[in-house]
Amino acid sequence: MLEIKNLHATVGGKEILKGIDLTIKPGEIHALMGQNGAGKSTLSNVLVGHPAYTVTEGSVLFNGKDLLAMSPDERSHEGLFLSFQQPVEIPGVSMVNFMRAALNAKRKYQGQEPLDATAFLKLMRERRKIVELDGKLANRSVNEGFSGGEKKRNEIFQMAMLEPTMCILDETDSGLDVDALRIVAEGFNKLRTPETAAIVITHYQRLLDYLKPDFVHVLLGGRIVKTGGPELAMEIEQRGFDWIKNE
Amino acid sequence: MINNDDIEQRTAAQEAEESNAYVRSVVDKTYEYGFTTDVETEVIDRGLTEDTVRLISQKKGEPDWLLEFRLKSFRYWQTQEQPTWGHLQLPDIDYQAISYYADPTAKKKSGPKSLEEIDPELMKTFDKLGIPLEERLALSGTAVDAVMDSVSVKTTFREKLAEQGIIFCSISEAVRQHPELVRKYLGSVVPYRDNFFAALNSAVFSDGSFVYIPKGVRCPMELSTYFRINAQGTGQFERTLIVCDEDAYVSYLEGCTAPMRDENQLHAAIVEIVVEARAEVKYSTVQNWYPGDKDGRGGVLNLVTKRGLLRGQDSKLSWTQVETGSAITWKYPSCVLAGEGSQAEFYSVAVTNNHQQADTGTKMIHLAPRTRSTIISKGISAGHSQNSYRGLVRVAAKAEGARNYSSCDSLLLSSTCGAHTFPYMDVENPTAVVEHEATTSKISEDQLFYCQQRGIPQEEAVGLIVNGYAKDVLQKLPMEFAVEAQKLLSVSLEGTVG
Repeated sequence: MLEIKNLHATVGGKEILKGIDLTIKPGEIHALMGQNGAGKSTLSNVLVGHPAYTVTEGSVLFNGKDLLAMSPDERSHEGLFLSFQQPVEIPGVSMVNFMRAALNAKRKYQGQEPLDATAFLKLMRERRKIVELDGKLANRSVNEGFSGGEKKRNEIFQMAMLEPTMCILDETDSGLDVDALRIVAEGFNKLRTPETAAIVITHYQRLLDYLKPDFVHVLLGGRIVKTGGPELAMEIEQRGFDWIKNE
Repeated sequence: MINNDDIEQRTAAQEAEESNAYVRSVVDKTYEYGFTTDVETEVIDRGLTEDTVRLISQKKGEPDWLLEFRLKSFRYWQTQEQPTWGHLQLPDIDYQAISYYADPTAKKKSGPKSLEEIDPELMKTFDKLGIPLEERLALSGTAVDAVMDSVSVKTTFREKLAEQGIIFCSISEAVRQHPELVRKYLGSVVPYRDNFFAALNSAVFSDGSFVYIPKGVRCPMELSTYFRINAQGTGQFERTLIVCDEDAYVSYLEGCTAPMRDENQLHAAIVEIVVEARAEVKYSTVQNWYPGDKDGRGGVLNLVTKRGLLRGQDSKLSWTQVETGSAITWKYPSCVLAGEGSQAEFYSVAVTNNHQQADTGTKMIHLAPRTRSTIISKGISAGHSQNSYRGLVRVAAKAEGARNYSSCDSLLLSSTCGAHTFPYMDVENPTAVVEHEATTSKISEDQLFYCQQRGIPQEEAVGLIVNGYAKDVLQKLPMEFAVEAQKLLSVSLEGTVG
């Protein structure tokens, strides 16, 4: 599904990714761990095509297509979704209008007619229940005045609306209390299909308790230096990263 | 979204540079209304003398008092200089190189009376502009006065409105049919000595609309005037007069477009509004004159004096404007709050792109006690454009308890454009409360990227964000026009972010 080969990338002229190799098959969950500055968020930003990042070497195939040749919106239409670490606020743009523009852009890409207002609002009502998002929030401007937890729930809500096949959760657990974490994680699990794959970036075991990763990778200095099963995350929780550095 | 992990590794300068590169203008927008109409038009010789003024008055069959008004104005205008105080590079206009009267209906003697008599080319033109002149095709609940060059082509729903005593017609016709009303109010809000362009307009004004809403009548339809410049080498001198009598209400909208031409075209207008006791007028403008090409060639020079007199107690006036067109806009729709407890509002979105220049704002003159005014201005600049807000809030000594709230925001879409704010305040009453807020922001790379990650293409994302920014103003427009204005905002900024 996703094949990353020897990926090098720079931001502001400085090389952050120094040869990432990673293959993800449908249905798999890959946890990405590592200290601050290891390149975790850079990898997710490069995958979704953030213009501040430059790929200098390597390739990424997404369902056999050259991902790096696509614009950010095309990547989204192809099924790639990023749950942002810090979702931005867009004043004056209601969640309804925002989601409708997003969903209809995707439908257009897939050669489908836009969804009419009634069907769209019905879909919105259904999907926001998955993450227990308040109806009032859905009528507000995008992320404006949302608490940290509400912003994260809103990310998963958008995922529910767009039904991506490849999700990147960039520290979705940061700033969440125990209950909010459960709602977000369970919401994500409800949305999973046997085809849905995910990259989960986190510092903590507690999110992985819910999401049950198939693989855990440790990123260090822009490379994946260690790969293991769920037990690797547990070990990191107890011992930190220093022992891996010394290996 | 750039992670905190990585951001420390980037210098502020690098970041600014990348952001500029990303949010930079590669502008080549298309103007949808740039076509010309091939219609036999009577155009008088170029140049401006007393004889020109007499000729215009004669063509319109005007009474002597109006000719005298025009001549007084012309003589005053001759003593004046074109103003230079705007934050604008206004070209030296050669007033002798312009024709001051162009009549596309001249083929029919004494002007067309019914639809059958209107030149089919003119009908087609207004159809193409989305302003059908056949009443059965009209936008629901809207009556239109369609003005091309110097002449009103058709006013719809006149008879229906007349049943309630509402007068809605071209000002030329009002001069013939309701001379007493026109004489009473013309120049009463904007005197001919007001400014250089007001004097010019008072001398040579051609068509515009006249509206009179009688006492206690709530106008059942939106009234609107659509201005179209067509003929080459001419100027358009709109004159609109709206009188809303006691306890009456009207919502009025004006729209405007012009063909694409390489030379500048002059539109020097005056709009006067009189609001009597407890009456309310909402005046909305969607200004989409040809803005010139991407290198700043051509475009309409939009030099306009608009003012409302809130004469009666507890009267209300609100100006809402969406300004996207014109090479140069010089326009300050203002309110004189003379009636005790009167309330005035000014809501404005001004978009400038390429080499457009706008110097626009308002004046709120509080003369009476308990008067209130609100100013909400949103400037959006892209390309190499210059966008200025200029406003005056004056509270006279007698205006006990007057209040004003002003908020002026600027949104920059490129690093080569300019946004400026010139707020003036003059408060002579110590009980007055005058508040002013101003912000300047850039459209953020992160907002754009967030939209794109959700699948919204970049151009559409810019439209969405800008419309969100302008929402407070757009929602003041009548529903049908709000949708149009939203589209217009997006189109005007097409290609600004690359």
